[in-house]
Amino acid sequence: MNLFNSYKIIYFTFFVCLVAAIFPLPIILNAFRPDWMVLVLCYWIIALPHRVNIGHAFILGLFLDLLLGSILGMHAMLLSLLAYITSINFQRFRNFTLVQTTLLLGVFIFMSKLALYWIASSMQEIVLHRHYFWSVFTSMLVWPWFFLFMRFLRIRFKVS
Amino acid sequence: MKTIFTRGPSFTLRLFIVIACCVGLLIADNQFNLFSSVRVYLNSIVSPIQYVADAPQKLFSTFSENIMTRQALVDRNQQLEKDNLHLKADRLLLGQLQSENKQLRELLNSKKQFKYKRMITEVMSLRSDPFTHQLLIDKGAINGVYLGQPVINEQGVVGQVSQVGSTTSRVVLIVDASHGIPVRVQRNDAIAVVHGSGAWDKLNVPFVQSNADIKEGDLLVTSGLGGRFPAGYPVAKISRFEYQEGELYATVTATPVADLDRSRYLLLLWNDDPLAGADLTLDSPEIFDEPVQ
Repeated sequence: MNLFNSYKIIYFTFFVCLVAAIFPLPIILNAFRPDWMVLVLCYWIIALPHRVNIGHAFILGLFLDLLLGSILGMHAMLLSLLAYITSINFQRFRNFTLVQTTLLLGVFIFMSKLALYWIASSMQEIVLHRHYFWSVFTSMLVWPWFFLFMRFLRIRFKVS
Repeated sequence: MKTIFTRGPSFTLRLFIVIACCVGLLIADNQFNLFSSVRVYLNSIVSPIQYVADAPQKLFSTFSENIMTRQALVDRNQQLEKDNLHLKADRLLLGQLQSENKQLRELLNSKKQFKYKRMITEVMSLRSDPFTHQLLIDKGAINGVYLGQPVINEQGVVGQVSQVGSTTSRVVLIVDASHGIPVRVQRNDAIAVVHGSGAWDKLNVPFVQSNADIKEGDLLVTSGLGGRFPAGYPVAKISRFEYQEGELYATVTATPVADLDRSRYLLLLWNDDPLAGADLTLDSPEIFDEPVQ
């Protein structure tokens, strides 16, 4: 019962973040959209590494690939790599202050965007837009509030 | 109870399995295109998420339509009736021209068929892959949409269907860097290929000889060669034609005539017989065999 309840909340947050990742925005704001999938995955792996892990990251990455219409496996590979790095260091990351995790998330998202560009450019002919890296900063702005809200959710609904 | 030691295989092993899967997927999808048929089912799995994400905007637009004032509705109705009248008058002339054209073509013994099957589709303005130019539309395999189907709007060619789901499909736009479309210049029938540049309002026309008769402002229409797009639809206007002295090819760029980022409704065309739209009648080969005087 408890397990079902936990996964219910976790999957609900995943669903909301997948919707937020493709939600229609004006073209000007589109580049500033935070990287919701990275944020939610990192939160759950740091909080509950025995519940959410590389497998989940892989499946979610595939979903994201299908939703965005990119080559299958691009986001899946990146998210599972990030999940690996987070899950072998989760004890350390748990003791970080909020400022430190914000900086860490910034580095993670920057690296993932760089790797995404690298994979995409080696696979097909693409063009890099000027605003591509702005979402790193918006993600860092969003992360503290996101983190506090998710912690509130986790404690309120006793997700463990 | 939380344990430090998780059950199951170690993280490193899991990572290796997953990375191997991903590389396999990347190669299978990109190099060998193995997923084009399976993608119908895969896209159907995620389409509920797409509908949920699209719902607020749809609700908002129906809401804003409902609160329009009576006066605005009357005005709009009048405007539409006027437009309709003009279009119907044009259509009268079109029917006349069409029969005349048919007669002339019969005289020349060259048959050209026009197909009229088409379908209106609505754009779901969701975010797509940041590196490519795609649109999501709300028609899929159950409506008969097929891979490579031409998509236009009322101004000109928009793109072609690149992925089909059961209820949604993806359209790759003509400005995408991987897209090319065969065209001819409307003024003098010089043929070319228009490539996307990756920017919203720019197309490249490579391999145009520096002495070609192309001017700025020329309209490029689909040539029908290649069989994907039916012939005669406007694609782009030449915006720049430059050549360096001694260069073999000129630098030619064009701007798409259709508002690619602003259209809410698109038209899907059925181009059943790939070569029906193309004018493939060649002159009899004997003429070419004769020696030039």
